[in-house]
Amino acid sequence: MTFSDQFESRFAEMLSHYPTKRSVLVPTLLYAQDEVGYLSQEVIAELAQRLDLTELEVRNVISYYSMLTTKPRGKYNLQVCTNISCMLRGAEEIFDWCRQRLDIDHKGTTADGLFSLEEVECIGACSWAPAMQVNYDFHENLTVEKMDTILDEYKNRGMQ
Amino acid sequence: MAELVSHPDEVKIVSKRFGRGATGIDRYLELDGYKAVQKALGMQPDGIINEVKNSGLRGRGGAGFNTGMKWSFVPKQSPKPKYVLCNGDESEPGTCKDRLIFEHDPHAVIEGVVIAGIAVGSHTGYIYIRGEYRYLSNIMQQAIKDAYARGFLGKNIFGSGYDFDVYWHGGAGAYEVGEESALMESLEGKRGIPRIRPPFPAVVGLWGGPTVINNAETLASVPHIILGGAEWYASLGPAKNGGTRLFCLSGHLNRPGVYELPMGYNLKKMIHEVGGGIPDGQNLKAVVPGGSSTPVLSADEIDVAMDFDSMMKAGSMLGSGGVVVLDETTCMVKFALRTIKFYQHESCGWCIPCREGTDWLKKTLTRFHAGGGLKKDIDNMYYLSENMLGRTFCPLGDAAAMPTMAFIKKFRKEFEDHLEGRPCPFEKEGAVEQLPVMA
Ligand SMILES: Cc1cc2nc3c(=O)[nH]c(=O)nc-3n(C[C@H](O)[C@H](O)[C@H](O)COP(=O)(O)O)c2cc1C
Ligand code: SF4
Ligand code: FES
Repeated sequence: MTFSDQFESRFAEMLSHYPTKRSVLVPTLLYAQDEVGYLSQEVIAELAQRLDLTELEVRNVISYYSMLTTKPRGKYNLQVCTNISCMLRGAEEIFDWCRQRLDIDHKGTTADGLFSLEEVECIGACSWAPAMQVNYDFHENLTVEKMDTILDEYKNRGMQ
Repeated sequence: MAELVSHPDEVKIVSKRFGRGATGIDRYLELDGYKAVQKALGMQPDGIINEVKNSGLRGRGGAGFNTGMKWSFVPKQSPKPKYVLCNGDESEPGTCKDRLIFEHDPHAVIEGVVIAGIAVGSHTGYIYIRGEYRYLSNIMQQAIKDAYARGFLGKNIFGSGYDFDVYWHGGAGAYEVGEESALMESLEGKRGIPRIRPPFPAVVGLWGGPTVINNAETLASVPHIILGGAEWYASLGPAKNGGTRLFCLSGHLNRPGVYELPMGYNLKKMIHEVGGGIPDGQNLKAVVPGGSSTPVLSADEIDVAMDFDSMMKAGSMLGSGGVVVLDETTCMVKFALRTIKFYQHESCGWCIPCREGTDWLKKTLTRFHAGGGLKKDIDNMYYLSENMLGRTFCPLGDAAAMPTMAFIKKFRKEFEDHLEGRPCPFEKEGAVEQLPVMA
């Protein structure tokens, strides 16, 4: 299985940062997921082999971390925070709006594969609540009107 | 990119370079960057530790332990390498300050890590940044690269003969990994299950070597202390609570934002003046003063100084600096439910009182808020929380129990108002919609 050159150079560099190989596992899984879209059986086997781990050990780690997934997601993963600071400023309304507009639920993916939706815990944007991340991009001080524009932008970008 | 705010009462130390282009190493140098580490290289390690100890700097990650004291526990001689580990997992709900430090002043964190390293005789530091903060991880990777290119990191830093390496590390979504021993597990490539203590990380930490673990804001404060001196830093706050801290104001406020205020700043003033008061002519109901794990204060309890000791006296905690403000329209049962849902979701499942306790609390509160509460539930939830307290393997169990007890104790009437099938009095349509349930 092949990853990008950037992945490979980062991987090689990271291996030199630690006394044990497996220390690179968590960040490497996330970078691999970003390239492939999810942690496929192939990715798991490849990383297990590279790091002298069993596949079970790798899966065991994957299941612990909320950002890691073994199932494909939409191209744009909407992660809406509904934790306290966001809840106080209307996060539930934002989340419900997403559910209705995309016609999917928590951890669902739209039929065209463009969007998936997740209700997430605090993302460190409490003072700019309500907030969400689309993949890694933060969107803050959200309102339903703003959501409309944001979603349209992603939709246009995704269609190109 | 998060918006910056300011207020005349602020004392900008950790935030003094925010918004001034200090991610660039040249700009950082213009703004007194890397002076502290050069000064530290000329000091005795014990001298550095004493300076930090006397400054009254206490951990900004939540527990508020004296930083210099923590460093002094690291054994002088160690057969295994010693490490410095910067905790940038920032996940306590209500807390969004380390993010600003990484975004605007990454070199200050690097500098703090190196100074901590010199103080304890370590030659390697790691900066752990939560996986969601990818853009910050990119900023940090670049900052580290730039520092290496100038000879500020690596072999013979600043021509001093001292070697020090700094590496970044990334998480992948887990609150529990912010707990110091789980953090080390995560860095070692494992699930974030905490380790038993003692031995403490200062003695047995990463790969068995002595490890200093500090929050990003703690470490970013250190260079300022080395340059400005312990006495100056200590004088900014009340006794034993030196310096300033980044307070993250959120919730029902006119001017939410992250403000750097002196330790001991009055909470009431913080809410009504710095944060601009409560919007829409509403009144204050309650404040969660230091991140979601700290016991709630009711509106008549907020005339208190925001420092570790005063907050303890007031029956709460200064915690991680997340000040969450609730107006009178807030349903406390629902707020308690959302809080506990978080801890239930983040419980690593290793020990029974936390795994089962948070689950049971979540189920009861869900039923309760939906109108299916029984009178005995109220006492049962309190009793259960009380019995989790101090009986879990790591402090996450306490973090779930403490706020629950405070919600019940201080807002019992609101719990009673939900009884016997009565719809939640705070829901607009009178009907109770279930909160979306995370799986
Ligand atoms: C469940 C849990 C989560 C924590 N999360 C964080 C965190 O995200 N960031 C942090 O700095 N400290 C966190 N802490 C506190 C750390 O365990 C540790 O005390 C801290 O990083 C020490 O640094 P300090 O002394 O500079 O505060 C957490 C503690 C617990 C129990
Ligand atoms: S208290 Fe909770 S998070 Fe901590 S070890 Fe026990 S189950 Fe895990
Ligand atoms: S509570 Fe939503 S970002 Fe912190």
